Amino acid sequence: MLGLNKKDTNLLLVVLALTMLAPFILNPFPTDSGLAQFNAGYPDLMQRFAIFGIFAIGFNILFGLTGYLSFGHAAFLGVGSYSAVWMFKLLSMNILPAIILSVIIAGLFALVIGYVSLRRSGIYFSILTLAFAQMSFALAYSVLTPVTNGETGLQLTLSDPRILGSSAAADGSIPVTNLFGLEMRSAWDMAVGPWTFTFSAGYYFCAIVLLVAFYLSIRIFRSPFGMMLRAIKSNQTRLNYTGLNPKPYTLAAFVISGMYAGLAGGLMAAMDPLAGAERMQWTASGEVVLMTILGGAGTLIGPVLGAGMIKYFENILSKINESVLHGWFAFMPDGLEDFFVAIVYPFVGKGWHLTLGILFMLVVIFLPGGLVEGGQRIGAAFRRKGKKAGGAEAEAAKQQPGE
Amino acid sequence: MDAILLQILNGLDKGSAYALIALGLTLIFGTLGVVNFAHGALFMIGAFCAVTLQRLLSLSHQVEVPGQVDFLGNPLMADVPYVTDWFGEATGNAIIDWSVPLAILLTIPVMLLVGYVMERGLIKHFYKRPHADQILVTFGLAIVLQEIVKYYYGANPIQTPAPEALSGVAQVLPGVVYPIWRIVYFCFAALIISGVFAFLQFTTFGMVVRAGMADRETVGLLGIDIDKRFTFMFGLAAAVAGLAGVMYGPINAPNYHMGMDFLVLSFVVVVVGGMGSLPGAVLAGFLLGILESFASTTWATTTLPGINQIIIYLVAIIILLTRPRGLMGRKGVMED
Amino acid sequence: MGILEVKGVNKRFGGLQALGDVNLSVEENTVHAIIGPNGAGKSTLLNCLVGKLIPDSGSVSFAGQSVLGRTPHEINQMGISRVFQTPEIFGDLTVYENTMIPCFARRDGTFKLNAIGSVGSQTDIRDQAMAMLEDVNMADKADVHAASLSRGDKRRLEMAMCLAQEPKMLLLDEPTAGMARADTNNTIDLLREIKEKRDITIAIIEHDMHVVFSLAERITVLAQGTPLVEDTPENIKGHPKVQEAYLGGHG
Ligand SMILES: Nc1ncnc2c1ncn2[C@@H]1O[C@H](COP(=O)(O)OP(=O)(O)OP(=O)(O)O)[C@@H](O)[C@H]1O
Ligand SMILES: [Mg+2]
Repeated sequence: MLGLNKKDTNLLLVVLALTMLAPFILNPFPTDSGLAQFNAGYPDLMQRFAIFGIFAIGFNILFGLTGYLSFGHAAFLGVGSYSAVWMFKLLSMNILPAIILSVIIAGLFALVIGYVSLRRSGIYFSILTLAFAQMSFALAYSVLTPVTNGETGLQLTLSDPRILGSSAAADGSIPVTNLFGLEMRSAWDMAVGPWTFTFSAGYYFCAIVLLVAFYLSIRIFRSPFGMMLRAIKSNQTRLNYTGLNPKPYTLAAFVISGMYAGLAGGLMAAMDPLAGAERMQWTASGEVVLMTILGGAGTLIGPVLGAGMIKYFENILSKINESVLHGWFAFMPDGLEDFFVAIVYPFVGKGWHLTLGILFMLVVIFLPGGLVEGGQRIGAAFRRKGKKAGGAEAEAAKQQPGE
Repeated sequence: MDAILLQILNGLDKGSAYALIALGLTLIFGTLGVVNFAHGALFMIGAFCAVTLQRLLSLSHQVEVPGQVDFLGNPLMADVPYVTDWFGEATGNAIIDWSVPLAILLTIPVMLLVGYVMERGLIKHFYKRPHADQILVTFGLAIVLQEIVKYYYGANPIQTPAPEALSGVAQVLPGVVYPIWRIVYFCFAALIISGVFAFLQFTTFGMVVRAGMADRETVGLLGIDIDKRFTFMFGLAAAVAGLAGVMYGPINAPNYHMGMDFLVLSFVVVVVGGMGSLPGAVLAGFLLGILESFASTTWATTTLPGINQIIIYLVAIIILLTRPRGLMGRKGVMED
Repeated sequence: MGILEVKGVNKRFGGLQALGDVNLSVEENTVHAIIGPNGAGKSTLLNCLVGKLIPDSGSVSFAGQSVLGRTPHEINQMGISRVFQTPEIFGDLTVYENTMIPCFARRDGTFKLNAIGSVGSQTDIRDQAMAMLEDVNMADKADVHAASLSRGDKRRLEMAMCLAQEPKMLLLDEPTAGMARADTNNTIDLLREIKEKRDITIAIIEHDMHVVFSLAERITVLAQGTPLVEDTPENIKGHPKVQEAYLGGHG
C-alpha cells in the first residue's frame, strides 16, 4: 500500500490507529478515579506528543542513518516557531501558510549551518552545530530583539497588521489560530460512563501531520538515498572510492531533518502562537537526542516512542508531589509510609529529570538500540520459549555455516 | 593601555576556569580516549564541596544569651557554631571565614574518590564503544549528578564568600583596581596547571602517561599496566575540575547547573585548543576568556551589538574551519 | 601510450622519501603487477593514483586525463576502482546492499537525491547486483550482514563491489594477503575469469609470487620508492638485480 512493503504498511497502520485513537488510549482511567492523574489524553499533552514525535523523526533521519550527532537541532525548531508567529502577525491566523514558511525558513537555515558544519565530522561536527545553535540562541535573546522580542518572546498583539485576516476578532480579543476557519483550540468532549474523552482539532491536525511525516520517513529509509546514508555511517572511505560523494548526501539529510524540526516548531506556534529563545537552547537540542536514543536511533518507530515517553514522564511524573505520594502509600503503617515516600520523592515532581537521567543511562549502557531493541529482545525471548528445544537448535545450526 | 590591561585581567578568572576544566577534559580524552560530558558536573561538585564544608562548619547549637530577652519575654537564644566551642571564639570564626580555601582539603579526596568510582564503575565499560555512546552516557550521568545536587541543596545559588581578608579589591597598577579573590583564583589556577604539567613532565608516572597518550598500544606492549595509571589520571582530572569549582564559588555563587553552563564552553575550548593537546587546552582557555572579556567592553558591544554573547562560538567556528585540528591538535585525533 | 601514465612522481613523508621519481606506464587490457619488499612504497604509489595522496611533484594521467587535483570519487567515476589492503566494505549493510551501492554509483553518478522511490523497485540495479554476486559465488550470502563475513569473503565482496562498477581499471592491493591457499587459488581464478570476460586493465600489488606469476603480463619492481626494472614475468624471474634487491629487502 502507498508504495510500502507489507511490514512497513503494518507499522504505518499501527501508528495510524494509535494516533487516531489516542484520546481513548491515553485516557484509560475514569475522570474521578485516583489514577486519573496518569491520564495523558488531554489536548495540550497529546499535541506535544505529536510535535516532538515529528522533531525526533527528523532528527533520526540525520543521526540514525548517517551517525552525525547534531547538538544544535533546537535552533531549527526555534526558527520555525518564530517564522510561524511572524506569519500570524503579518498575514493571517491560518496555520497553513505559517507552517509552510516555518519549514522553508528552517530548511534554509539548515542549509547554511549544515554546509559549514559538515566540513567536519565526529565530535568536531557536534561542536560546530552546538556553537551555531548557541549563537542563534544568544542572538535571539539580545541583538535580534526586533525580530524575536528578546526575553519576553514573540507574541501576537492587537496592533498586528494581519493583512489577510483581521487585527482583532469581533469581540476585540486577539484572533485564534485556525485552519480555514477550523479553530485549533476547539475541542469536543465525549462522556462515556465515568470516562471523558476530549477530541481536539489541534491534536488531530498535529496527528495527521505526524502521520505524513512518519510515512515520508519510511519512504526515505527504504529509498536508495536512505541506503546511501546508512553507507555513510558504515564506511565513508568505501563510499568515496565507490565514486559517490558523501557531502551532498549528508547535507541533504541535514536539511531534511532541519525541515522536520522547522515543521515541529511551526506546529508548536500553530497550537500556541508564541515563540521564545529558550526553544533554541542546547538543552532543547539535548532533549531530542535523548528522545531518539531512548526510543532507538536508526529505527522507524523508535523516535516517536522516545518522544512520547519523555513527554509523558515530563508531564505526569512532574505533577506528582509529596501529598500525592502520601495518598498512594496511605495504606501502609505510618513509619513505612514516610519511608517509601522519602524513597520515591526524589524521582518525581521537580526531580523527574533524575529519573530521566537514570533511565537514559540505563538505556545507553544496556540497550544501545533503545526501547525498540528492548521490545525485540522481549519478543525474541517469548518466541524462543514457545518453540521446542529442537527447533531452537536447528535455528542455531542454520546460522553456523556462514563461517 | 590601562583599559586593555583591565580587560585582560577580567578575562583571566573566567579563562582560568575554562583552562582548568579543559585541561581535565583533555587529560581524560588524551589518556582514556573518552569524551566526558560529565566533566562540568565534576566542576559543580567541587563547588558544592565548599558549600558542604561551609554548612558543616556552621553547624551550631543554641545557647541563652545572658541578660537579654526577646520580644515575648523569653530568654534570647543565639546560634553558636560548634567550632567556636572547640577552638575558641577567634579561631573558630576564622575557620568559618576561611571555609572556601579550607574546602580544598575536602575537595581533593572527595574528587579523587568520585573520579575513581566513575571510571571503574562506568567509563571503563565505554572505552571500546563509539564516541557518540560515550557522549551520551556521560551526558546522562551529568543530568543525574546535577539533579542529585539540586535535590539536596535546592535550585537557588548558595553564597560561598571569600575570606574577609581576601574579599576586597587591590590596586594592581596605578589607577587599576581589581578584586583580590580573582587574583587569588588566577594564581591558584596557574599553580595547578604548572603542577599538572610538572607532574607529567618530571615523574616516571607522568612519562608513562604521556607515552600512553601518544601511543597507547605500544606502551601496553611494554608490559606496563597502563589501565591503572589511567584510572588515576581520571581521578586527577576530576580533582582538577573539583578544585577549579571549589575556588570559583566566591566569584559566582554555586548553583546546580553551573557545571552544564561551563561544560558547553569548555568543550568549545578543548576543540579550539585541539583535541588531546594539553598546552592547547590551557592556551585556548585563557585566550577565549580574555577574548570574551574584550568583547564585553562597551566599545565592542556598540560597534558589534551582541558580540559579547557569541564571540566564543564565533571564534570556535572560525578556528575549526581554518585549522581543522584546533590550535595545537595532533593529526588524526577524533576525526571519525 | 598506456591507459595509466605515471611520470616523475615524488612523495615525501617528513624526512622519508616514500616515492622517488616513479615512472610507470600500464598498457590497456593487461595485468600489471607491482612487487617489492615491505615499505617499498607500493601502497603509497597506489594512494597517489586514486587521490588519497597528492604527489609532491610529477603527473598521473588516466585515459589521457590528469587525475591530480581530483577527489577520490571523481577519480573513481573516471573508471578506476580500488581494492584495499584491509577490506573496506559497508559492515552494517547486507552483502546485497553492499553490491547495489556501486551499481547506483555507476548509473547515477556521484550524487542523486532519490529519496522517495524504494530500493525494492530498482529492478535493474537489483538484477545487476545479484548477477555480480552470482559471478563471485556469494549469492547465497546476499542477506548476511557484511561485517559477519569471513575475511576471505569480505575481500571477495570488495572485489565484487569494484567489479560491479565495470571499471576500466582495477587496482588491487595485496588481494590475497592472509588467505588460505585454496582461497588464493579461487581469487586467481576469479581474476582470470574477469580478465577473460571483459575489457579491463588490472594493476596488482602482491607479495605472493605464485599469484604474480599466474596473472601478470608485466611486472614492475619497486625498491625504496624507485622502480628498479620493468619487464615480462619470464625476464623478471631470473633477473639478478631483482633477486638481490627483492630478496635482500626481505632477508
Ligand atoms: N601516511 C604516511 N605518513 C608517513 N609515512 C608513511 C605514510 N604512509 C606510508 N609511509 C611510509 O612510507 C613507506 C612506504 O610505505 P608503503 O605503505 O607504501 O609500503 P608498501 O610497499 O605498501 O609496504 P607493504 O608491502 O608492507 O604494504 C613506509 O616506510 C611507510 O612507513
Ligand atoms: Mg602496502
